[in-house]
Amino acid sequence: MRFYEYESKALFRKHRLPLGESRVVRSADEARSAFEAIGGPVVLKSQVLSGGRMKAGAVKFADDADEAAAHFESILPIVIGGESARSVLVEKKSPVAQEYFVAITWDGRAKRPVLVFSDMGGIDIEEVAETHPDHVSKTHFSSILPLSPYIAKEAIGATGVSGTALNKLTPVVFELMKIFLDYDLTLAEINPLARLEDGSFIVLDGHIDMEAEARGGHKALLDELGIGEEETRQARPPTDFEIAGARVNAVDHRGVAGNVVEFDGNLGLVIGAGGGSLTLFDAVRKHGGKPANYCEIGGNPSVNKAKELTKLILSKPGVEKIAVMMNVVSNTRVDIVARGVVKGCIESGKDPAKTIAIFRIPGAWEDEGFKILRKYGVEYCDRSVSMYDAAGRAVAKLS
Amino acid sequence: MSILIRKDTRFIVQGITGREAVNLTRENLEYGAKIVGGVTPGRAGRDIYGVPVYDCVRDIVKEHGQVEGSVVSVPPKFTKDAVFEALENGIELIVIVTENIPRREVAQMVELASLRGARIIGPNCLGIISPDEAKMGGVGGPAANTRQAYKKGNIGVMSRSGGMTTEIASTLTAAGLGQSTCVSIGGDAIIGTTYAELMPLFEADSETQAIAIYSEPGGRMEAELAEWITENDSRLPVVAFMAGRFMDEMKGMRFGHAGTIVEGKEDTTTEKIKRMEAAGISVAERIEEIPDLLKKRLEEGK
Repeated sequence: MRFYEYESKALFRKHRLPLGESRVVRSADEARSAFEAIGGPVVLKSQVLSGGRMKAGAVKFADDADEAAAHFESILPIVIGGESARSVLVEKKSPVAQEYFVAITWDGRAKRPVLVFSDMGGIDIEEVAETHPDHVSKTHFSSILPLSPYIAKEAIGATGVSGTALNKLTPVVFELMKIFLDYDLTLAEINPLARLEDGSFIVLDGHIDMEAEARGGHKALLDELGIGEEETRQARPPTDFEIAGARVNAVDHRGVAGNVVEFDGNLGLVIGAGGGSLTLFDAVRKHGGKPANYCEIGGNPSVNKAKELTKLILSKPGVEKIAVMMNVVSNTRVDIVARGVVKGCIESGKDPAKTIAIFRIPGAWEDEGFKILRKYGVEYCDRSVSMYDAAGRAVAKLS
Repeated sequence: MSILIRKDTRFIVQGITGREAVNLTRENLEYGAKIVGGVTPGRAGRDIYGVPVYDCVRDIVKEHGQVEGSVVSVPPKFTKDAVFEALENGIELIVIVTENIPRREVAQMVELASLRGARIIGPNCLGIISPDEAKMGGVGGPAANTRQAYKKGNIGVMSRSGGMTTEIASTLTAAGLGQSTCVSIGGDAIIGTTYAELMPLFEADSETQAIAIYSEPGGRMEAELAEWITENDSRLPVVAFMAGRFMDEMKGMRFGHAGTIVEGKEDTTTEKIKRMEAAGISVAERIEEIPDLLKKRLEEGK
């Protein structure tokens, strides 16, 4: 879950990292008064979650209050990567002498946090790593042994930095390492971290990503920053259909019937589980089918949950048929899913036999499940029909 | 032979009185597992299908002697503590069933395990099965369903999806290919044991003649496997199935498991398939192609 720049900076400020004075503004008048309060040249930056602000012209410098107001008006409407600006950050402009890069993330192979540092900040770090490998250091550190500043010092020193700069950078980088672990982050980045002409250091821009699973453990911080539970902060904002899907999943705590992602096709999918859904979605597309949605059922959901998910998918305009498919199930009961989807069709005013293009869920309680499907005239198959072929049968019924 | 577990592997279940844990305890016992005890703090003195419940792992070890393994099925908030408890009581094989554990805690558990010379499978997995020997975890479901899908044989299976572990085993069984050991390794971004880390075990197991894996977008695990195979001149032919090909065009969106997200080029299925094929891994487009590919590779002798 990505933070906006102003939220990242609020977290940095809480930890006493050096930052320029700034204000979040939502109108030209506010931009004007922010300029006056800060007093002096400022930079205005669009507050979006996606990158590429500079390229899009959504970062501008202003030397007086009128210019700040005018820039606000021009920056706010700029859409970046399909995303509208939430607000604009007005920050004191700093005379920069040199830029540094520091980021901490997880290395899934080493299964440890990795600290990446460079004395060539401000530009694309991947590029620096390729062209100037001696100016980028990568340092893994422990997640259980006590953290100590020498790790930051070694990482900085490895790029050739020494003298006063080394001693001033070390506590900043060390603090970021602590922030990374303390808040269950998946990314803590400062780029650029700047040395100003007067020799002091300052955070110019920062990125924070918090692990979605850890949100519950950091409620106090999220409340403080005003980040509500409904903000998923995925690559794109959720559609109404997806929000309704999340509500279906929250109906009760039994199993999963959710993780709905909307697509613009006409074949509704009631599929599962994690890996099975990916496999089946590919299969439908390979057969030339157009999925109306992605979703996951698993962990033995209640009849009610399977029913509500079915109703939601059938409520989508243009969806006349659904395919109900899973891999061979272990802990999900076939009969419970069968009952749920049949009920969902009936309550949507549709005939299950015509609506359910195929039912392919083999495994626990399959005989009981198939009995229900026979009663309603629904086409079903067991494990002798592959996931791929089952998807093919469903797609064939649409053409 | 098999890897990780055998008929006589003695293990415990932590969180044994929870709904899921009760089910898996019954299913494992019916499949022949040797479960010597269970832990739920404050519930000492009860029993679950004849398995005595204790407050602490220490109490089981004191009464029944050292045990080899533990299946951990406790809520995410308490998982790290339960795993630390198992590790500090000398347990060497820990299967973590629980999902939704933040990466930091997973990393901490894995790091302590490596300091103690122990192995973690999972989190967010269904466990391990050596067909006709024993199973540890929910893999395969009820014993009757498990016996239908899994048969003893020569194929080692590793899968990032618990459900697809059974789908693949069932497909292999139908084609007359039994399995030595199947491991549901877990779907998170950081897991206790990756494909490449299990390879030396399969390599050393005389029963295993080939490997089938289920893989997904996200992470570097497939690249790590490809490197391992190249560097170690593995005797085992490997056939992989790659799911989630549609995700290549959907950067930053999370589908399926927590570890399944395309952030950079290396996370895409296209890139993973390229790397695996370069290392000599056969990549199947459909699950039902796996048995034929395995048979072909076995006939070719590698």
